[in-house]
Amino acid sequence: MDLQLSPDQIFMRDEARRLLAERSGSEQLRRAIGAGGFDAALWSTIGGELAWCAVAVPEEAGGLGLGAPELALLAEECGRRLAPVPFWSSACLAAPLVAALGAGEAGAALLGRIAAGEAAACAWPGIGGADPLCGTIPVARRAGGGWTVSATIAAVLDASSAAFFLVPASADGGLGLFAVERPAAAVEPLEGIDLMRPAARLVLDGAAASRIDSAGFSARDFDDALMTARLAEAAEQVGAAQGALDLTLAYVAERVQFGRTIASFQAVKHRCAALLVEISEARSLVHGAARSLDPLEVAAAGVLATQALFRAAEEAIQLHGGVGNTWEYDPHLYLRRAQATAAVFGSTDEKLAIIADALLGDAA
Amino acid sequence: MSIEAFRAEVAGWMAANLTGRFAPLFDRGHAGDGDALPELRKDWERKLAEGGWTCIGWPREHGGRGLPVAEQVVFQEEYARAGGPGRLGHIGEGLLGPTLIAFGDDDQKRRFLPAIREGREFWAQGYSEPDAGSDLASIRTRARRDPESGDWLVTGQKVWTSLAHLSDWIFVLARGEEGSIGPKGLIFLMMRLDQPGVEIRPIRQIGGGSEFNATFFDGARVKAGDIVGVPGDGWRIAMALLGFERGLSTLGQQMGFARELDLIIEIATENGAAARPAIRARIARAWAGLRAMRHMAMRMLADHPEPQVQLESLGYKYQWSNWHRDLGRLGMDVLGFSGAAASADPRVEKLRRLFFFTRADTVYGGTNEIQLNIIAERGLGMPREPRGPSGKGA
Ligand SMILES: Cc1cc2nc3c(=O)[nH]c(=O)nc-3n(C[C@H](O)[C@H](O)[C@H](O)COP(=O)(O)OP(=O)(O)OC[C@H]3O[C@@H](n4cnc5c(N)ncnc54)[C@H](O)[C@@H]3O)c2cc1C
Repeated sequence: MDLQLSPDQIFMRDEARRLLAERSGSEQLRRAIGAGGFDAALWSTIGGELAWCAVAVPEEAGGLGLGAPELALLAEECGRRLAPVPFWSSACLAAPLVAALGAGEAGAALLGRIAAGEAAACAWPGIGGADPLCGTIPVARRAGGGWTVSATIAAVLDASSAAFFLVPASADGGLGLFAVERPAAAVEPLEGIDLMRPAARLVLDGAAASRIDSAGFSARDFDDALMTARLAEAAEQVGAAQGALDLTLAYVAERVQFGRTIASFQAVKHRCAALLVEISEARSLVHGAARSLDPLEVAAAGVLATQALFRAAEEAIQLHGGVGNTWEYDPHLYLRRAQATAAVFGSTDEKLAIIADALLGDAA
Repeated sequence: MSIEAFRAEVAGWMAANLTGRFAPLFDRGHAGDGDALPELRKDWERKLAEGGWTCIGWPREHGGRGLPVAEQVVFQEEYARAGGPGRLGHIGEGLLGPTLIAFGDDDQKRRFLPAIREGREFWAQGYSEPDAGSDLASIRTRARRDPESGDWLVTGQKVWTSLAHLSDWIFVLARGEEGSIGPKGLIFLMMRLDQPGVEIRPIRQIGGGSEFNATFFDGARVKAGDIVGVPGDGWRIAMALLGFERGLSTLGQQMGFARELDLIIEIATENGAAARPAIRARIARAWAGLRAMRHMAMRMLADHPEPQVQLESLGYKYQWSNWHRDLGRLGMDVLGFSGAAASADPRVEKLRRLFFFTRADTVYGGTNEIQLNIIAERGLGMPREPRGPSGKGA
């Protein structure tokens, strides 16, 4: 009944925290900016050696068979350091999609690749909400014994580092899930607002694809299969909010004005304390929602986590003063993450509407 | 017994007993309504005791049932779900009892615990004074030893003493050592309220009711054996008692919050407020906050919360009290114009009480500002507040 983390979970989280403190600090982030927002060495440690992406992959497919709570813990630590690796895209978005919708050998093979640290990205226009500007629904056609997929997707997160793409597409009048290997796709990197999670325009022009679901699925099934990704996004935001607070606490403890550290001013203390409460609230909801995967709780976690991250990033800039407005200091990296994630899977308004509709009936 | 069977047992008992002469108590006596139907609520406490539903978390050797946390949570939840009235026995059961179990001597445990458990004696808390609120350590009420009897004679004034006018006893934090300052030299006393040296004057609150009082002591007598710990121990004991306050009652409290939110939803659906986008968003936000509190409580109530959770739990009071205050406004906004005038609909009265009383949530038990100081200093390791030149250390 309680929400206590098990010793194994605490160990996993603390090891992740330690590793990322060492490998995803400010200097490394700066280097990653020059490398398109991707740290290949860190990814090979996380995805390869440490097999973080295997965590929630079923055991039969070569994974550890754990679940959303563990993914959320790792996502939170990645968020805290803005780790420039496609952990969320691969482990939290692609893997659960394949696990839920994929079938047979094809599905198991893809899961095995993700578990082994191959990066996957999800090419689906709707991740940014139902905004038509994000692109059109991809179309799959039968070709010989197999399939081809055609689509132009305005922004695919973590596309540049992906070894393959998962593409939900209309097929035979329904929806199917397809995998397209990287060489078959045209990837055009975009200058994104989030420097640590790059996006690219993806063009598939009759690209060879393999189908991994067995007999199609409904839009609703697809949406359900995204629940872990939604949850993990909120977890990452909570982590990023904590990261912004960490930065702020370190800065205010050093900076002296009026002959005292600015941390000694009550206005500053209270703002940091209120942030801690807000982050804790969002974190509690993430932990609870990770157990239930209840759509309303997941939506609520997204609302609270988005708000906590925004507030933490804004306070970080404010409490850093002038230097908070420079490229050189890190607070803006968090503000960028806040803005870039604010509308993933829908805006706060839309998430609140999901909850309101359930509590109050559909809006008239 | 399985937890679900236990849940059914509590629910069954409540359904069978919160009826007949106790029916008027349904949903009464909660914060903002704390002075309602006092005699019947005292009878209800005795009824609860007969049913074995008081002090269920106290250890068996002290007359409790030693029930594990999970069962206590279920009891709190089902009690609230059934519309159980505000517990007049709360201060005795939840605050003084645990303090005596931890620090009292055998004689005190024998004399006081059974009366609390059986709903025979009710307690009030005497900490705050007119000049010592947030800065509790600067209290001035004096306790002097009467050389003949060894009793303590208390002079001074406490204020905001909730339910003192309905209580038999009060525990008092006083200055036992002449000339001492700050947290030193304090003494923790247990005093009978019905004696000549005590005067209790109700204070009217913003919502119109009177749940708290000004309590004056003029040579009020405390028996020699009725101090907890030794003179000078008062601060340590007073603080430990506050530690018991942030316990299990949180989950019962949340069940009450959930019912308040349900009521707001019910009214919004009836009166059309539920069609307004801003109201919909606020209701959804309130729901999200409530779920967050529930999961926070579930993290805190683990047997051995890890350090991160202990740190976060410093923020829990700030979290719930602000949430509740927002809910108070939401309720009135859902009522709209009709909430401004008295109504025959008891639900309106309920939301009006909520509106006013939730203003106190961010004040009692450590104000918002004090909570933020505590979080910043103890949780985040930020510098402590400087004290003024009067310089009493705290
Ligand atoms: C409904 C209700 C029931 C109560 N029941 C009881 C009871 O049963 N027994 C009992 O002993 N007491 C009780 N209290 C008293 C309560 O604990 C005090 O009101 C509370 O501790 C605040 O003290 P104060 O009223 O003296 O306000 P003050 O301490 O004077 O505070 C006034 C304002 O100044 C702010 N402030 C004070 N110090 C600081 C600081 N260091 N930094 C920043 N801001 C500061 C406060 O946050 C507040 O906003 C009750 C109060 C209420 C409202």
